Amino acid sequence: MTDILAAFGWIGDPTNWSGPSGIPARLGEHIVYSLLTLLLAAIIALPIGFAIGHSGRFRGLAVGVSGALRALPTLGLVIYLALLTTNLTIVPPLIALTILAIPPILAGAYSGLESVDRAPIDAARAIGMTGWQVFTKVELPLSLPLVIGGIRSGGLQVIATWTVAAILPVGGLGRFLFDGIAVQNYPEILGGSIIVVALALVADGLFAIVQRLVVPRGVTAGRVRDSAEGGRSAARPVPEGAPPT
Amino acid sequence: MFASKKSRLAAGVLAAGALLALSACSSGGGAFSSDSASSSSDTVTVGSAAFGESEILMQIYGQALEANGVKVAYKPSIGQRDVYLKALQDGSIDLIPEYSGNLLQFYDKNSTATSSDDVYAGLNDALPKGFEVLDQSEAQDADSYNVTKEFSEKWDVKSLDDLKKVTDPLTVGANPEFQTRPYGIPGLKSAYGVTATLKPISDSGGPLTVAALKNGDVQLADIYTTTPAIKDNGFVTLKDPKNLIAAQNIVPLINSKKASDKVKDVLNKVSKELTTEDLIDMNGENQGSSKTQPDAVAKKWLQDHPIK
Repeated sequence: MTDILAAFGWIGDPTNWSGPSGIPARLGEHIVYSLLTLLLAAIIALPIGFAIGHSGRFRGLAVGVSGALRALPTLGLVIYLALLTTNLTIVPPLIALTILAIPPILAGAYSGLESVDRAPIDAARAIGMTGWQVFTKVELPLSLPLVIGGIRSGGLQVIATWTVAAILPVGGLGRFLFDGIAVQNYPEILGGSIIVVALALVADGLFAIVQRLVVPRGVTAGRVRDSAEGGRSAARPVPEGAPPT
Repeated sequence: MFASKKSRLAAGVLAAGALLALSACSSGGGAFSSDSASSSSDTVTVGSAAFGESEILMQIYGQALEANGVKVAYKPSIGQRDVYLKALQDGSIDLIPEYSGNLLQFYDKNSTATSSDDVYAGLNDALPKGFEVLDQSEAQDADSYNVTKEFSEKWDVKSLDDLKKVTDPLTVGANPEFQTRPYGIPGLKSAYGVTATLKPISDSGGPLTVAALKNGDVQLADIYTTTPAIKDNGFVTLKDPKNLIAAQNIVPLINSKKASDKVKDVLNKVSKELTTEDLIDMNGENQGSSKTQPDAVAKKWLQDHPIK
């Protein structure tokens, strides 16, 4: 308990809130690094995931490869890439964390598209939409909550794991952990961790809001009517016009 | 009880997983609990920090004791100083190779001793009750400031005193604690009047620090004196005429209860035989292309330096 109090004391200390190694500067670096990583991972993973989900091809390969990527230890990869390229900037951790963020985003993209009900897709084709139109007007909007969910889970991992990059002379919130461990400054270590946790929670909350907002109006409208009619209609999930049984 | 074959299978898998987790817990607890079998009264449990040199020294201590009829148990790679000293104090280990300057700094943060003798004298006062250091070895593994050969020639720098001549901004690649330690950035300023900035690289003068020095990311690198990479890369270790850097003689730290006359005698003889050159060579065998294991490296040293 005293440790936690000391950690909050460290966070509250005004001397830790100024300068290039203060909390705002480190937090800013951490957010920029994380956004950059997510952007890179999304640019790579979303098109591949959509292609797999839309076509239904190479799913097994994607599951296998992204599963294997998840197993890569990020810290080891950071050190390996830094030694391989003799580059001690944010580039090695940026690559390593992009690799970490790809699997959840990829999984969100293809499983999102797969989860779309076949009926609206068939209907869209039936009225003459092209494959591209089916994707942009039907599949993508209906799958967005799951797609965003993938980015959300990748984002949490990225925010938490960027801390290990501070083994190199880079900024971010990991500095507090590595610098604190080096001098057994436990309030700094715990305080830094608390800020990482807070950032992750805020980011998760923002993603949750986005996830709700992107649900297409039609889907939401249907949901509202369902709940307004109460349990009766839920108990009879028979589509209109179905032959009586 | 179970509805189907499938759920029975699932329950079985879950149970197996729980068993695994439980057994992992109990063995994990054993490593640091004081009542483990290896701490029985006639066995000396020797531990090491989580790096090669410490493991080699652990093996030398242990094998030398075994050769003289002492029962020994090994607990290698315990972690960093705060962790393994806790393990020593709670009785999970009895003996560990230590570095005099850093050990003193751990128990006496205000100590200003830097010479081998001053540090050793300070240690006996600073150590907690029930623990003692035996004779220190002349072998040292201290921090050292290193520059590339090109840098040394360009600015004619051979000692920390010469750094004043350098007009380019100086950055040091070192562990994060270098920012505040008396032998780090503050000491450079107060003892030698040199202003430098730190690039924190948390690998204790390992390959990342070496890479940073080689490719010019940093002009100075803190590398331990027994690291083979210094010689391999032709780095120049800067002299320290004002004794900024504390001595780091190898010294056995032991629980006084286990420090019988025989144990003391064996370990003091080991310390007497051991040299800094030996450490560089042994680290070379351990880290170099042959990647010889610490126990084999130690065995070879003991063949060349029989402890009787």
